Amino acid sequence: MYPPLPNPSVQPSAMQYGQEDLVRRSASTVPTPPRQLTPVAKLIDVSKCIGCKACQVACLEWNDMREEVGVNTGVYENPHDLTPASFTLMRFTEWENGETGNLEWLIRKDGCMHCGDPGCLKACPAPGAIVQYSNGIVDFVKENCIGCGYCVKGCPFNIPRISKVDHKAYKCTLCSDRVAVGQGPACAKACPTQAIVFGPKEDMIQHANARIEDLKSRGFQNAGLYDPPGVGGTHVMYVLHHADKPEIYADLPKDPKISPVVELWKGLTKYAGLTAIASFVGIGFLHHIVSGANRVSAEDERNAKRLTENQPGGG
Amino acid sequence: MTNSWTDIKNTDLVIIMGGNAAEAHPCGFKWVTEAKANRGAKLIVVDPRFTRSASVADFYAPIRQGTDIAFILGLINYCIQNDKVHWDYVKAFTNATYLVKDGFSFKDGLFSGYDESKREYDKSSWDYQIGEDGFVMVDDTLSNPRCVWNLLKEHVSVYTPEMVERICGTPKDKYLKVAEMVAETSSPTKTMTSMYALGWTQHSKGSQNIRSMAMLQLILGNIGMRGGGMNALRGHSNIQGLTDIGLMSNLIPGYLTIPTQKEVDFATYMSTRGFKPLRPDQMSYWQNYKKFFVSFQKSMWGDEAQPWNDFAYDWLPKLDVPAYDVLRAFELMHQGKMNGYVCQGFNPLLSFPNRKKCTDALSKLKFLVTMDPLDTETARFWENHGEYNDVDPSQIQTEVIQLPSTCFAEDDGSLVNSGRWLQWHWAGGTPPGEAQRDTWIMAQIWKRLKALYEKEDGPLPDPILKVRWPYADPDDPKADEIAREINGYAIEAVYDPTDPTKVLVEKGKQLASFGQLRDDGTTSCGCWIYTGCFTEDGNNMARRDNSDPDEAGFYSKWAFSWPANRRILYNRASADMNGQPWDPSRKVIAWNGTKWEGYDVPDIAPTAKPDVVGPFIMNPEGTARLFTRTMMKDGPFPAHYEPFESPIANPVAPNVKGNPAARVFEGDMAQFGEAEKFPYAATSYRLTEHFHFWTKHVQPNAVMQPEFFVEISEQLAEEKGIKQGGWVKVMSNRGEVKAKAVVTKRIKPLQCDGKTVHIVGVPLHWGFTGVAKKGLGPNTLTPFVGDANIETPEYKAFLVDIAPLTEPVS
Amino acid sequence: MERPYDVGPDDKVHPGDPVTVDRYTPAARINHWITAASLVLLALSGLALFHPSLFFLTGLFGGGETTRAIHPWIGVVLFFGFLGLFLRFWRANLWRGEDGTWMRRLSDVLRGHEENVPEVGKYNAGQKLYFWTMSVLIIIMIGSGVVLWDQYFAEYTSVGQKRAAVLIHAVGAVVSICVWIVHVYAAIWVRGTIRAMVKGSVTGGWAWRHHRKWLRELVTGKRDDQGSGAKPAE
Repeated sequence: MYPPLPNPSVQPSAMQYGQEDLVRRSASTVPTPPRQLTPVAKLIDVSKCIGCKACQVACLEWNDMREEVGVNTGVYENPHDLTPASFTLMRFTEWENGETGNLEWLIRKDGCMHCGDPGCLKACPAPGAIVQYSNGIVDFVKENCIGCGYCVKGCPFNIPRISKVDHKAYKCTLCSDRVAVGQGPACAKACPTQAIVFGPKEDMIQHANARIEDLKSRGFQNAGLYDPPGVGGTHVMYVLHHADKPEIYADLPKDPKISPVVELWKGLTKYAGLTAIASFVGIGFLHHIVSGANRVSAEDERNAKRLTENQPGGG
Repeated sequence: MTNSWTDIKNTDLVIIMGGNAAEAHPCGFKWVTEAKANRGAKLIVVDPRFTRSASVADFYAPIRQGTDIAFILGLINYCIQNDKVHWDYVKAFTNATYLVKDGFSFKDGLFSGYDESKREYDKSSWDYQIGEDGFVMVDDTLSNPRCVWNLLKEHVSVYTPEMVERICGTPKDKYLKVAEMVAETSSPTKTMTSMYALGWTQHSKGSQNIRSMAMLQLILGNIGMRGGGMNALRGHSNIQGLTDIGLMSNLIPGYLTIPTQKEVDFATYMSTRGFKPLRPDQMSYWQNYKKFFVSFQKSMWGDEAQPWNDFAYDWLPKLDVPAYDVLRAFELMHQGKMNGYVCQGFNPLLSFPNRKKCTDALSKLKFLVTMDPLDTETARFWENHGEYNDVDPSQIQTEVIQLPSTCFAEDDGSLVNSGRWLQWHWAGGTPPGEAQRDTWIMAQIWKRLKALYEKEDGPLPDPILKVRWPYADPDDPKADEIAREINGYAIEAVYDPTDPTKVLVEKGKQLASFGQLRDDGTTSCGCWIYTGCFTEDGNNMARRDNSDPDEAGFYSKWAFSWPANRRILYNRASADMNGQPWDPSRKVIAWNGTKWEGYDVPDIAPTAKPDVVGPFIMNPEGTARLFTRTMMKDGPFPAHYEPFESPIANPVAPNVKGNPAARVFEGDMAQFGEAEKFPYAATSYRLTEHFHFWTKHVQPNAVMQPEFFVEISEQLAEEKGIKQGGWVKVMSNRGEVKAKAVVTKRIKPLQCDGKTVHIVGVPLHWGFTGVAKKGLGPNTLTPFVGDANIETPEYKAFLVDIAPLTEPVS
Repeated sequence: MERPYDVGPDDKVHPGDPVTVDRYTPAARINHWITAASLVLLALSGLALFHPSLFFLTGLFGGGETTRAIHPWIGVVLFFGFLGLFLRFWRANLWRGEDGTWMRRLSDVLRGHEENVPEVGKYNAGQKLYFWTMSVLIIIMIGSGVVLWDQYFAEYTSVGQKRAAVLIHAVGAVVSICVWIVHVYAAIWVRGTIRAMVKGSVTGGWAWRHHRKWLRELVTGKRDDQGSGAKPAE
């Protein structure tokens, strides 16, 4: 079993990491960081979550965002999807467990997973608009974002949202600004049941293992950790009671990967495309050098003149 | 709560019934997750709906609302039948062995002494047999058929699992699973905690709902134990403080009672209080009643309260009815007998049943004063908001005065949480606009009243003119001044009764505990149970030391817990007859041969011998009551009664409608609807996204649940042609509401007494002020009837009909 | 059955020395250059977002954000610009018998031996191919582009569809640029061509050399009496 995690210190702290700790930067290269930060992770224990939405409110408050007051559409999700203001959303699924005959109300806090291999970053054309720190946090840098929405296509979890107001991309920052000064994310701080915990990824995995053991003892034989290797592992992980069926948790992808379409687009196409364009230019040059210009000869002009004079027309 | 929030982490089994802790008390629910995560505790949820609490439960069993007593008496029956009883505990610490008068009986759903015309009982037969020694007669062998145990055994025998299924709609297999899990905690080394809230209180038999579980907990030996107890989850952050400090029409602070008009003088008043022990050597702590009362009078009127004027006894109001509870107040307004209403921090237009009656009642007032940080619906009851408040302002002559007040974050003070912890808080912001602290407003009102009395005189001006007003700035009493006054101080030096030369408290000093209170007028104390909160050591409510020796869960240096900083009430019961803990791993206190010591402040005299003095010191018996004598209006045992509006007749007493002892005002019988016309069983509740009618004024909360809805099963939706997210109309015999439909698997129809019962859930957070979408709420639908004992309105069980609406509501 | 020849209504021969032939009206030229400019701007802004090494090109448009915002609007301009060209020229670009032979003898064309290929009308097979390829590509580009235009159309498609669109758009863009390079190169290589789109006319010799059938038709006065694109090809 695992004791409750203590609150982080509230003493002011200097910034603990910065630009020099970037391991990836969209549409650009970064120098090798001088040090490796301890990888961090947010662990969301779905089995402990009571769906109170405190995390949603904390997220809005910390990021100083305002969401529109919406309507009820017959479900508990409000707003109805992630938005440029709502970086996180409780998704509710009423699932009848065929094996036990019991209803299970699965409540999953959706938001950025902070992939080890972030599809958004891969897709982003704007230098420095998406960055990844060596602690695993994938952050959007608003100043550099051009609002193209490529990150939306790149993301295997359908997370980023583009604002209709400032046309910038938004998503969970893992409270990078808080983490940098020794605090945990706002959602974790607000969570009343410690269903959201934050710390070094190693510790979080250990914490998760203890939780999984507890869940197994309660009959959830397939309890497990969601840290999908297909995206290089994630820095937001879930403890699921039914880790064999992540899709029942509001379509959490079973084996997420950056879409092959995106891989093709940002891989082969990118290089082959430029090569093709360059080749066409080159072939033109070569052809011109070899064949010379295709000029109209005086003979041609004479022929034309003869033709027009023989049979005047037009005019 | 008998225990504290933090103590829940010590439990083996949590039963959430009559509440929805995860939803309505998410922060406190943390301790349930602690117990689950760190002790492997199990969680059972029993509720008509599969709630957010159920979503994290180990076991969920459905129940029809208003049938909790049948469910729990069935559990008691199961424990008795299967010998799952903590026998040593029951025999020593409850009144199981006590003999009851021969005249007491229970037949056809009624106890002996019922007077149908008055809807009241003559309770004279509901008592013990008293022996020649003046004490209750007992039978330690439990063989006497008139002993409480045998009467109880017979009383609960009708509640078999089959009968429970018939009444509650809980499938038998699920019920037996619950019974098995609960019964396991009869072991001395296992405990169960009961977490309940308004799902139990808001019934016409709310008090008996709670008593049923308290009895079960006694039989299982779970009261006084770490991880045990009866834990009422209070609905507001300071509602515990409200009852403690006596904001009930029939109470004065510290659960002392307001005199009735029959108690014409102090001697008469005292003659029925200060109970003498019913068993030898018992503490019967209410014997000290006079000390608490006199000290209270001294805090009210200071030097004006003297022995010669019975400590100003005559200046207290005298009740001519059992209580001027809120339902009665609105009834009187409705009759035109109450003309003015000061509504402080309260929104009755949305909180009281039968909204139309409330609106009519408020419309008949001459004046209404509201004191609230928010622009409440009550303050705007006269304003037309279309279908959300369809009134004609030109026909309402009530003068409304809105006094904006501060909210909790804008002033200093203490809040008392469910676990009886008085926690000091400091102002975190400046009040906006013209908002003023309630204390400032009250001081201004008092000042002006006093001036009016001085100028114009009037009947009995003394209570106002002579009130003690010892504040540095009489216009603005400060929170710490009031807190010190509530704690109490020595007017004269207080001496040790066993050694009159020894000064316990010097003159003028703050008292350290209520043991120092005197009945001769030498001490002053605003609320005896709070004594110790603000002593010569300072403000104990402001303590923030979160050390917890051995991680036992007491946190005794954090804030102050009444009484006497005790964290678990009746903690003497955590130890056996030799004073040793039933479960050594759950030690609270233990007898070391000469005195009690341990993690907590002993709930007994520190030197009271374990084999002599019983743990339940507030009772003259020294034991807990399975049979509660005359203390409850509707019976010494709980019995299953249907809600006043029920889809089925009472299977165990078909001729009894509702709780036979519940008060129904004249004319209000007609308001009840019948199942033929209103076939669906409705219940009301909160959602975690909101707090009551407050947070609809808060933008992020309004975003989280923007709009009024009702919840129904997929089956009912199909039957009625109701679509997910579509508009519906819900009707009761008193009114109708329009709402969005949430069609869910989390509500399932129940089979009760051969009938399919559909459940309609009606959450309560919307009104016509604030930033959320305008909406109506359950109180448009609910009946004007309350609990037989304390008049809490029956919000949790009523009948409705439902129909889809094709046109959207504007 | 001989179809009417594909000359435009305003194509005219002016005798003189040299002979000049009106090939494009001012309206057609304006239309062309708007389309051409759009295409260049689209290529530049698109390439800027296509490969990080070209992101600097966003500087031409006032930064990444304006590039992102302006690119689809240029696309709209291009679409309607090209639509204008299409309506003007589609008839003249219908495939004819001689076009197949011309294509088969493309190597002769590339070597400058146009005497070995059949006489062609206003457009040769290469030009026609360019015309039709561009027509198809522009449909693809505008279609996929709209799917990617999050500012207005984000909610109408799924992420999966957007991903497909972004790949199609990228590949389409590369092909378009390559095809366009051929177009531009051909105009440069075949001297005397550019003046057709600048001045509107070519020399008789140019017409004789490259579009003799068109010249002959103009001279004989046989013309498409309906004007370009006014009625179906058959």
